[in-house]
Amino acid sequence: MANDSFSDGVFPEIDEFLDGIEDKNGALIPTLHKAQEAYGYLSKEVQHYIAQKLQISNAKVYGVATFYSLFSLEKRGRYRINVCMGTACYVRNAEKVLKEFAKELDIDVKQTTSDDLFTLDSVRCVGACGLAPVVMVNDKVYGRVGTADIKGIIKDTEEERCGR
Amino acid sequence: MSDQVRQVRIAMRNCGIIDPSNIMEYIARDGYEALGKSIFELTPENVIDIIKSSGLRGRGGAGFPTGTKWEFTGKSQGNKKYVICNADEGDPGAFMDRSILEGDPHSVLEAMAICGYAIGSNEGIIYIRAEYPGAVERLQEAIAKAEELGLLGDNIMGSSFSFRIRLYLGAGAFVCGEETSLMNSVQGRRGEPRIKPPFPAQKGLWNVPTNINNVETFANITQIILKGADWFRSFGNEDSPGTKVFALAGKVNNVGLIEIPMGTSLRDVVNKIGGGVSDNKEFKAIQTGGPSGGCIPAAHLDIPVDFKSLRELGSIMGSGGMIVMDESDCMVAVSKFFLEFTAEESCGKCTPCRIGNMRLLEILTRITEGNGTEGDLEELQRLGRTICDTSLCGLGQSSPNPVLSTLNHYMDEYIAHVRDKKCPSGTCTNLLTFIILDGKCTGCTLCKKVCPTSCISGERKEIHHIDQEHCIKCGACFDKCPFKAIIKK
Repeated sequence: MANDSFSDGVFPEIDEFLDGIEDKNGALIPTLHKAQEAYGYLSKEVQHYIAQKLQISNAKVYGVATFYSLFSLEKRGRYRINVCMGTACYVRNAEKVLKEFAKELDIDVKQTTSDDLFTLDSVRCVGACGLAPVVMVNDKVYGRVGTADIKGIIKDTEEERCGR
Repeated sequence: MSDQVRQVRIAMRNCGIIDPSNIMEYIARDGYEALGKSIFELTPENVIDIIKSSGLRGRGGAGFPTGTKWEFTGKSQGNKKYVICNADEGDPGAFMDRSILEGDPHSVLEAMAICGYAIGSNEGIIYIRAEYPGAVERLQEAIAKAEELGLLGDNIMGSSFSFRIRLYLGAGAFVCGEETSLMNSVQGRRGEPRIKPPFPAQKGLWNVPTNINNVETFANITQIILKGADWFRSFGNEDSPGTKVFALAGKVNNVGLIEIPMGTSLRDVVNKIGGGVSDNKEFKAIQTGGPSGGCIPAAHLDIPVDFKSLRELGSIMGSGGMIVMDESDCMVAVSKFFLEFTAEESCGKCTPCRIGNMRLLEILTRITEGNGTEGDLEELQRLGRTICDTSLCGLGQSSPNPVLSTLNHYMDEYIAHVRDKKCPSGTCTNLLTFIILDGKCTGCTLCKKVCPTSCISGERKEIHHIDQEHCIKCGACFDKCPFKAIIKK
């Protein structure tokens, strides 16, 4: 099956990244990381472009991109709210926290709000079990979160955005 | 040693004591001395002998003797060999490796170089979770600094031995903690395991001999080289020498990382180190080994923590997660929680794990929703054992452990769910009835206002009542009532 054909330079960040690597063997996962960092998610075009550059099939790229949970094939919100569902958080009521976020944002888990601002998801242990239950908004960590704190976290995030 | 239980820091000896971003502070605490000693005073065989006689066992979960692993890889023929550090700490509830990598990165780098010297490898790879950006940054910094000082890189300390280390970021797949999956992932593939043998020591990454150890295993190495195998054996017991780091979390007063000599009793861990169960509740279980482990009840709290004892109780040491659960935790729901995890993280390559775990999850879901039968309990046992016996890799072989161990130790709770349709701990909402107590209700109307289905009736200052037919058991009234007048049973 023929891959789509792209001319070089359509995704400059990917080119630049691959130019810096000597050994293209095993470069797929680091490249997907890079692409997601640059474009927010792995669109079909980005996947096909990477396949072409690494001279592997689209299917292989898709297979790897869908295998690992950190890769997203869909556009995500500007703020990704991740509720930790590790065991320590679970026994400290993380499930309730997740449900409360869903209710407050009026979306289901793994969905994005219509204004593209928030994506709600659960994550595996973030390794901050002493602070359980833990919520991460992008890279910011909130510990010992109760259902009462949720409005505040959302408001915090919105204010931070406006402050910028 | 009176009432205090001794914690001994070997793997974490520098964590929180040195500034991890300053290599000089590490060097001041004998850093890179073990590497120097290895290169200039010991032969590779000597190094392997010391590790072998220390009895150090892999801290990643399975407990394979580290020295034996090094010996196998050392003896494998090949121009190129790899040393891999498994830092894909995926067990929910475990954060030992992150703390070591962030708090004392050089101890792992130095140990990897010693391993490289012992087995004849010049290249090390740390496979680390992308979820740990702090540790990634710390390691990159540490590698650069060590190379600058000639402690890593070409001709280490002026010798003929060269060793380079690079990082490889995972992308969120629990199964990649399994060594053959991890190697597939480094090769840019889906992280699916393969059949062993050949073992990584024979044919590993890119088909060359590869030695894989966990972060904490490596963190023990330098001290063993410097202080000797006998010193290391003076901690722990015959089955499991040395110490183990645990991430104590859940319903205890003191949560955090602990490093204890192997053989310490679980009771001491919970009561003395953990300060007992929080909120004055009653202890129900301690869960070790994450999704591959099991729940241990109060009756067995006096067992020593070592590889053998935990396995005998149907749990495992695992990487070191230790979650304390109290009377309000339902063991059926906990099993279901872990099965949700394994069913989602199963890579799908082999049938027992892919389909078997899904079936286990369906049965558990049925039971927690009040639709289980006593036949389901037998089916859980039978299916669980089949999955253990027939799965391809460690994930599937251990995934039924949470179910099997809770069936073994908490059968009465399962029976209450399937026979009486009751959840004794009040967790499984479908099996609950919310009732307003006549004597305590003041008629404040708060519950009535918060009820989403408006199934609570009653006038102000009069006793309220829940219409059971329309109650969706959301628990909103229970949480809201300031007088504790609503109970669930």
